[in-house]
Amino acid sequence: MKIPLSQIAHTRSGDKGDMVNIGVIAYRPGDYPILVREVTAERVKAHFGDLVKGTVTRYELPNLGALNFLLDEALGGGGTLSLRIDAQGKTFGAALLRLEIDASSHPPQQ
Amino acid sequence: MIRIANGQGFWGDWLEAPVRLVEQGPIDYLALDYLAEITMSIVQKQKLADPSLGYARDFPPLIARIARPIRERGIKVVANAGGVNPIACAREVRRLAPGLKVAVVLGDDLYDRIGDLLARGHTMQNMDTGEPLASIKDRILSANAYIGAFPVAEALATGADVVIAGRCTDTALALAPMIHAFGWSPDQHDLLAAGTIAGHIIECGAQCTGGNCQVDWQSIPDMANIGYPIVEAESDGTFIVTKHEGTGGRVHSDVVKEQLLYELGDPQNYITPDCIADFTSIQLADIGPGRVRVSGIRGGPRPPMLKVSISYAWGYKAIGTLVYSWPQAFQKAQAADAIVRQRLAHLGLSFDEIYTEYLGVNACHGPAAQRIEDPAEVQLRIGVRGAGRKDIDRFTRELVPLVLNGPPTGTGFGDGRPPVREVVAYWPALLDRSEITTHVEVVE
Repeated sequence: MKIPLSQIAHTRSGDKGDMVNIGVIAYRPGDYPILVREVTAERVKAHFGDLVKGTVTRYELPNLGALNFLLDEALGGGGTLSLRIDAQGKTFGAALLRLEIDASSHPPQQ
Repeated sequence: MIRIANGQGFWGDWLEAPVRLVEQGPIDYLALDYLAEITMSIVQKQKLADPSLGYARDFPPLIARIARPIRERGIKVVANAGGVNPIACAREVRRLAPGLKVAVVLGDDLYDRIGDLLARGHTMQNMDTGEPLASIKDRILSANAYIGAFPVAEALATGADVVIAGRCTDTALALAPMIHAFGWSPDQHDLLAAGTIAGHIIECGAQCTGGNCQVDWQSIPDMANIGYPIVEAESDGTFIVTKHEGTGGRVHSDVVKEQLLYELGDPQNYITPDCIADFTSIQLADIGPGRVRVSGIRGGPRPPMLKVSISYAWGYKAIGTLVYSWPQAFQKAQAADAIVRQRLAHLGLSFDEIYTEYLGVNACHGPAAQRIEDPAEVQLRIGVRGAGRKDIDRFTRELVPLVLNGPPTGTGFGDGRPPVREVVAYWPALLDRSEITTHVEVVE
């Protein structure tokens, strides 16, 4: 069953230099394993395409039912150098909510 | 138990917030965070123009406004409003609120020491790029070490009503009152990590009480009167996040989680001058309406190096916009962009980058944006950045003419050509903490 990430998680994003971080938080703790399985660093990198030039790193916070993504070279130089309207990456979290994920509670059969 | 409130998440945050925190219920400490990474360069420029300036100018009038209640009720104010001139800031507070005792924390400012530090082999490479600081040394506008909570706690120990620091960490503003009130020591890593995480939760003001919150945002009550956060801290390192009764907004574990993840790097290594906090140890519990209990926090020892925040003159930029209306608004904006780029190339101008966005199409979300067929209007936004002011200035004259000599229905040019802005860039570096000696001065 394919659903947008927004149905099971909320997000907040911010900047550190030219890097964006996105926190992805499961509404229900029981859905955290789905986040871990579906929202991989590779899929996040692909979702943003050429908006993110660098690598994407994922960290896990099972205690909060949350993942933290660091998107490198994602703000056109970052801080005052950036020419973008969203130079602080405030809306990256919202953009990720459109990611299509498989919400079945067991991994798909190969 | 002590109550620590945060009434300012950055310089420019809501002016009424700290006043309401004082007036609408009990608090013991009022923390005010004024300094973003780039703020130091702004205050440095102000100080160069006028030696009596160089601090957050909103701060002294605010203290004058709340002087009477904080004195009567013994509320202590802790702020990094000092910028690059904390003494001048303290004098202005004393001038406007003569009854208050003011202490300042000094020692973070490295602006006059950079040459000496470089000469003695401190390379202070850029943490992001690895370049040595010597490559930009003639363009440095400000340089400050991030100092931690212990020097701020030392200032509270003088009995001051108002403590003013320069570049201390945002989290230190909440941790320092705990160190002061509970007598925590530098080797109590778990406690220091707890106070640091309390500081992280409240340092962005209303971002932990319902501001900028995605969770059912339309149901968040009375945002016009949003309450700013209060931490009720215990000496064992547990604390409750809340806000004054009757205020707007929402405190809930979902909201607190969003703020915990805000501007977070490696969650197990949240590095401050006081400790390394482990965000994977945090336990949250909703224990009542508008009350979230935080416990279980673990931490490790402070690092041997301090982060240094350096700002330097990079060059110039300008960003101009035009709006195109339906029909084919997006295609018209794209055509206009191509024309501008062709004309800039013909002029032989040199830029580090030309960047074009289409607001209403995909400016914020890029390829992740939902596409709309033939939108009602699109804003074309073209930015250029470069070392030379002259070329940037020439660019600013290339947009408005398009209204007459480019694609049809161009508008939104009423403000004329865009301003040329100086770009002050940020240079994060590390420095051995033995180079930093802080001290406290009481300003009478």
